[in-house]
This record gives sequence, structure tokens and C-alpha cells, in this order.
Amino acid sequence: MTIQFHKETFRGEYSFHNSERAIKRFPFPFDKDSYMYAVNMEQHRGGPADSVYEKRFDVDEHYVSEMEDRALVLADDPLRCQSLPHMTLAGWDLLELIMVSKSEDYPELFELHRDGDQWRWVNKPLGIDDTFTFMDETTLPYGPMEYITRQTQGDFCVLDQRDDNLWMDAGTVTTQADWSLDFDIGMNFFEWHAPVPLAHEKGIFVRALKFLLNIQQGAPARRLNWTMTVNPLLDTSPENYHKWGIQKTTLTPENIGSKQHLRVELQTFFRLPRSNALVFPIRCYLCSFDDLMTVPKWGRRLHRVIRDLPVELATYKGFIDNRPMMLDYLSKFDDGQPTSLGIWPDLETEPPLKVVRSS
Amino acid sequence: MSKFEFPPSIKSRPVWGTLEPRAGKHHLMIADAAGAEAILGIATPELMAGTHIIYIPRGADHADALRAQNPAQFYEGPTYAASVSRIRRVLQDASMGLQVYLTGTEGLMGQAMHEAMQAGIPHTAIQTEHRGSVARRMQCVHCKGITEDVETDPFVCSHCGLNLFVRDHYSRRLAAYQGVCIDAEDPGNVPEPKGIYE
Repeated sequence: MTIQFHKETFRGEYSFHNSERAIKRFPFPFDKDSYMYAVNMEQHRGGPADSVYEKRFDVDEHYVSEMEDRALVLADDPLRCQSLPHMTLAGWDLLELIMVSKSEDYPELFELHRDGDQWRWVNKPLGIDDTFTFMDETTLPYGPMEYITRQTQGDFCVLDQRDDNLWMDAGTVTTQADWSLDFDIGMNFFEWHAPVPLAHEKGIFVRALKFLLNIQQGAPARRLNWTMTVNPLLDTSPENYHKWGIQKTTLTPENIGSKQHLRVELQTFFRLPRSNALVFPIRCYLCSFDDLMTVPKWGRRLHRVIRDLPVELATYKGFIDNRPMMLDYLSKFDDGQPTSLGIWPDLETEPPLKVVRSS
Repeated sequence: MSKFEFPPSIKSRPVWGTLEPRAGKHHLMIADAAGAEAILGIATPELMAGTHIIYIPRGADHADALRAQNPAQFYEGPTYAASVSRIRRVLQDASMGLQVYLTGTEGLMGQAMHEAMQAGIPHTAIQTEHRGSVARRMQCVHCKGITEDVETDPFVCSHCGLNLFVRDHYSRRLAAYQGVCIDAEDPGNVPEPKGIYE
């Protein structure tokens, strides 16, 4: 299917919008009517046709505009992309992984021509046609990690593996759910997750680390994570929190359906061949409440999940103050009918919304 | 001489230990203010014969007591910033098996630990003991400026002037805790500052 790339913004007037196709393929993160932290890893080996799981690095209608937003963030704050000196080899590994994957998965959009170490990379959506020498940084306009992540949706954390731990030693992070690469760079797995409530006590991170340390080349894994964002703002960074935090207070019962977005991260994990580093792409998908409610199953389920979420999690995810208004809105889409298991919309099999009695 | 018991916290927050003399030919002890007391607590003539002490009094009067232990080398610096080039020079010459002891405020230990790590010494091999002020070295996540010796929560960033709350999230690389704007969602609504552990 040909992708029609949107011309849209994730700031200012916020012209971002999802097509009907994008809504149907939105990675709704709740597989049942309640939520608690879990390791919830699975193999990243494709998925249903046209789902966000199908390709190794999903390219969608927001690609070109997301890359423009990333360029704006990096121009404003170059510290969002950093690589400690020992991570350059991993950067080349990552460049290769993405170029090979995208040229194989989207041959109509990307081409990679290799003749020994002379590589030609063609990125048609962004109008790039570069020839360079693989492993020679002087032949690229940026370091290898920065070069390729300026052309790939999602944040990228490149993790060094040593001492039975993973170390956040490089990354490009411009669409983050309120954490700072500049502050966390150099930390180990437990340290950069330190502020997360409840999950340490549940042993989540010990088990997750054990799983991640054992990921093998050619056998990537994935999981979903989520939070809430007012307005389709990609750059919800702590660096700029003093500027965007106020937007959380602009919700009203009239605008919540269009302004409040469910923010979902498709997290994937790939072992890199030369460096033995692990790359951890965190791809952000946004969908407004109004658009989510066009899927009856998701309307019912989102209401139940948000209603029953522990206070610590609603606080950590930053929407505890807005939760009552969210529930007023969402309850209108929950008629009490049961929901099918799994994350998929199941539009053909799930019943339409019955009229909900006014509360 | 009572030591402050830090409350349990998150996993990025450093946990300080108690100094003990270790076997080795060369010892580097870096201390500020009340940290001198921790050195005096483990000083023996044998240990001091192989020890280089770098001490920043910050108004405390322990320098003479340290000097009286006859360390192999003794340096008294007016500030950490004035001492750091010397610390780097000493670490540059560090031989395998150099024992590093850091004691005093968190800011001193954190910054000296960063220098030792840059010199290739794993942080887990460095001994520490907190003494004296519980003030923190804070980085403003917004402007990146560091404010030294923060005693209250919230506090005002000494660089950009934002009102910041004091997190326990800590970066060894920056030797600083993270400060985040406290009134972003309600400008001007800043709680009365309290002591960090009050």
C-alpha cells in the first residue's frame, strides 16, 4: 500500500492527525480490561498485515513530519543526541541494521546499494541520496547513529552490555515520555529506571534485564508501553517541561476528546553484530480519545483501565489531576458489555456501542 | 561525630559507606570539611606513610590534625574547583592498586568519584563515607546549570531562576541530582522551602 505522508506539526497549531487507516493500526496497549506492569515481551517477528508489528521498523504516514520535528528538536538542543566515545561501532551496527531492514521491507521507499565498503543510500521520502564509506565517519554529515536516526521514526537508545548489565551509553531521544538522555546517559538498567514506581518491588526489572541480556542476533523482541499526553506533542521532554507542562491544564469537557492523546511506545530490542550492543528503539504513536472511541472495544476497555489504575501509576504517568475529567468522557463509551481478549480492534466481531445511560 | 542516616531511596541514588583501611602501597584520600574526621578515624602511621591527602576545609579546622598524621603528601585547597586539576594529575599517575577514599559532602564525593572513574577506576572499587552537610549538588534539567550545596526543597536554580524540586534521581557522570520545575502546571504556586530531609 502506498503511504501518503502527511504535512503536519507536533507543536504550535498541532495539525497532526491520524487517517482512518492509522487509527485501525494504532497499537492499542491493553490486552485486557486492566493494567499493571509486566515484562510482556514477545518475539518481534512480523505480525498481522499492515499492523505496526509487520515490519522491523514501521514507517507510517507521519514519517516525514516526525523527522522534521526531530530536526527542530536537535537544532534547539543538540544534547538530545549523544554517544559516549566507545559507542561509535554500535552506531555503525545500527546504521546497517536500519538500512538493510528498510530497503528490504520498503523497497519502493528506500534503497541500499553496497559495493564492498562503498555504500549508496537512497531515502526517497526525505529526498536523500548519499554515497559513503562504511565505517568511515568522515564520509557522513553526522556520526553514524545520528545520521540514521535522523531518518528513522522513534527514539533510539543504544545500550552497551558489560558486567551483566546494560548501560545507556548512546542515544537519540526527541520523542520521550518525560525522561532525559542527557541526565541518564552512562547509567545502568536499574539506575535509569530508578524513578519508576512499583515495578522494582515486583521484580519486573530484574526479569526484564535477564531477558534482554540474552537476546540474540536475528531474534529481536518487542513490548508495548503507554502514557497520556495533552496535545499531539512528541517532545514531552523534562528539558522543556516548564514550557509544555501548562498544556495539561488546558483540558475542558468540550475539548478533551480532541486534545487528550493516548501515547503508546512500541519498544523493540535488537542485538547488534559487531559491538554486541543492544539497540532499543522506542517508537511513539499518538491517538486522540475521539479517534480511539471509533473502535467500540477500545472505548469500553480504556474506560475500565483508566478507572482502575493504581494512584501511583496515574501520578507517575502525569495524569492524576485530569483523571476525573477523562473518566467523565470515557464512561460514555463503556456500555458494560464484555470485551474480547487481545489488543486488536475486532471491528467485525465486537458489538457496537449501546446507548449508555447518562450518569 | 554522629553520621546522618539517609532514608531508603531509589536505585540511582548513591549509597555511601564507611571508610576502612585497605592493604596497598598507595592511598589517595580526598575530603572536605567534616570528612577529615573519617580520615582521622582510620589513620595509622603505616597507612599515612603511603597516603596523599587532598583536603578542602570549607571553614572547618581539621587541617592541622590531618597534617599531624604525617601523610606522605598533604594538600589543602581553598575550593574543589581549585583542587580538581591537582586531583586529575594525581589520578593520571595512579598505579594499579591505588586505593581511593572519598569523604565529606555528597558534592565532593560525587565529583571526585567522577574524576576517578574517568581515570579508569570502577566506582565500585572506590570507598566513600558521608560526613557533614547533607546539602546536594543539583543539576537543573531545563538549563543544565549546576547549583552547589542545595539545602532546601524546592530551591531556585542559580542559573535560570526556575523554581525546582529536588529529585533523588542521581547521575554519577554529572555528580548531581536532578532538579525539575515545580510550578510548570501552576505557575507561581511554589510551596514554602523545607530542608531536604524534613
